Amino acid sequence: MENNRECFLMKGNEAIAHAAVRCGCDGYFGYPITPQSEVLETLSQLKPWETTGMVVLQAESEVAAINMLYGGGASGKRVMTSSSSPGVALMQEGISYMAAVEIPAVIVNVQRGGPGLGTIQPGQADYLQATVGGGNGDYNTIVLAPASVQDMADYVDIAFQLAFKYRNPTFILSDGVIGQMMEQVYLPPFKPRRTEEEIGTECPWAANGYHLTQRKPNIFSSLEMDPKTMEQRNTRLQQKYALMSKNEQRATTFLCDDAEYLYVAFGSVSRCAEEAVVVLRNRGHKVGLLRPISLWPFPKDCLNKILPTVKEILVCEMNAGQMINDVKLSINCQRPVYHYGRTGGVVPTPDELIEAMIALIKQ
Amino acid sequence: MTKDDIIQPENLVIKKPELMNDTVMHYCPGCSHGVVHKLIAEIIEEMELSEKTIGICPVGCAVFAYRYLDIDWQEAAHGRAPAVATACKRLWKDRLVFTYQGDGDLACIGACETIHALNRGEKITIIFINNAIYGMTGGQMAPTTLLGMKTSTCPYGRVPELHGYPLNITDLATHLEGTAYVSRQSVHNVAAIRKAKSAIKKAFENSMNGIGSNLVEIVSTCSTGWKKTPVEANEWMEKNMFEFYQLGDLKDIKQ
Ligand SMILES: Cc1ncc(C[n+]2csc(CCOP(=O)(O)OP(=O)(O)O)c2C)c(N)n1
Ligand code: SF4
Ligand SMILES: [Mg+2]
Repeated sequence: MENNRECFLMKGNEAIAHAAVRCGCDGYFGYPITPQSEVLETLSQLKPWETTGMVVLQAESEVAAINMLYGGGASGKRVMTSSSSPGVALMQEGISYMAAVEIPAVIVNVQRGGPGLGTIQPGQADYLQATVGGGNGDYNTIVLAPASVQDMADYVDIAFQLAFKYRNPTFILSDGVIGQMMEQVYLPPFKPRRTEEEIGTECPWAANGYHLTQRKPNIFSSLEMDPKTMEQRNTRLQQKYALMSKNEQRATTFLCDDAEYLYVAFGSVSRCAEEAVVVLRNRGHKVGLLRPISLWPFPKDCLNKILPTVKEILVCEMNAGQMINDVKLSINCQRPVYHYGRTGGVVPTPDELIEAMIALIKQ
Repeated sequence: MTKDDIIQPENLVIKKPELMNDTVMHYCPGCSHGVVHKLIAEIIEEMELSEKTIGICPVGCAVFAYRYLDIDWQEAAHGRAPAVATACKRLWKDRLVFTYQGDGDLACIGACETIHALNRGEKITIIFINNAIYGMTGGQMAPTTLLGMKTSTCPYGRVPELHGYPLNITDLATHLEGTAYVSRQSVHNVAAIRKAKSAIKKAFENSMNGIGSNLVEIVSTCSTGWKKTPVEANEWMEKNMFEFYQLGDLKDIKQ
């Protein structure tokens, strides 16, 4: 036990399931897909409907699952789903609708390599899909990228809090490495699910009939026939996104105080980069790592803070170059920014990242 | 006799349900949607369920259903209402959760969600407005369009070689283990309206009592899409639609 938290050895996907039950989640709706099926499997084994009363349902498709989140979230409940890249692609319609009418929910994407059916091996190529909206229309979702099994356990509750704080769908953008690997994890203590009265107080906007005779009906609809009114709605949403963008940037830095060469990496790749930093520091190179935790909003304030000592930046990702755009934009291209990427399910090794950085330093 | 003498409780013949507000009607003259809205309002009121109801509206002409009835509503993406309703009902077990869907919404783009919600026996009611056409988008062919019927995307009439066959999804629903009550009604005259009302009420009662999933189809007119006057549309429906879509209770596990 550490701070009243129990310690276990488990997979990232299992940690997601345990954390969901423990943080008072009301409902999980999902459809099997590798490499994240353990989430639904673990929940089915845990039978939380007999303990906390949490609903667990295997939906007929990811399309149905996301629309179950729409219904559950609009009624004020804490609902979540998990899937992997092709499944999350199917969910985009629902996510756009939820963002449009400000429905809170948590969506976990344990990414695999694409495009198409791609591979069941890990990938990070859904970065752009997650950070620039993904579905139709102008909208954003907060995107948190876990880098350990512990993060998987911790981010579920954080994601729910953010989702309800801003009334917005929130992503946990993981990858096949984090989902499948086993690590030591401290699970959060049990938090009870909210009562009907508590939901009534916390979510007076919810469409669930609660105390209807004492208020106006709550109606969720993204349809608006008048362009001016629609634009006003969009302006209000954009103001909310601006606020989220200002308040919710999250990142960790590793040996960045005097770093001249900077890795920027998220998720499992940040773990490799951390090891690369240690090795390169031992060899006398001033190397550091910025690990964005929130991919949207991108932690540009943090990056700019450490920028003065930095000469060159190497962005490492399991894709063909997606986060690199945010890095360049965040610093207004004030430094040379390079990319090292592997795709198709190939996970880079620390040695590869070291080699790529050495090439930069020697240049 | 003055007007006030006439307006007395004992003289009351018909009354607007309190849940129905004064929103300006967006449905075309002769459209069945409005009648069904009123029935739903009456039943929710009679069952005293206004604080316990979540309505899920479709994409189709009834996209604005939420404008007319003062209850909580969620507007689902095209065809997804049964999935939305599934979660609402599972998370709020004591609520009346119903979807209101057109034939394009329910039987075409949402066929998967419809079949699976019904087959899981979700304790919901699906109200299915079958006018054999896509009303909202201007009268295109629906999965339910009858053979020979003309629409803007089968302007020479529906033929199986080109367009396949009309889908009788309500008949199909009777074969699903999860359905408790499946009924097909219409609202083209007073007797039919009465029957439709009792069918919807029975479905709502089942939903509240946790009995299976419930589907009530209303064979409907779309005078605009069919390019007919309201009277012609009713006549055409009686003559052509009722033969393929036969009215009555198709399944009732309580009987
Ligand atoms: C994903 C998606 N595809 C297409 C549409 C366009 N669309 C709106 S309503 C509709 C058909 C509605 O027909 P039906 O369900 O029969 O309802 P009716 O208007 O006849 O009552 C279509 C195709 C849409 N809104 N969303
Ligand atoms: S187009 Fe058809 S379904 Fe739509 S309101 Fe008019 S008559 Fe009714
Ligand atoms: Mg129709």
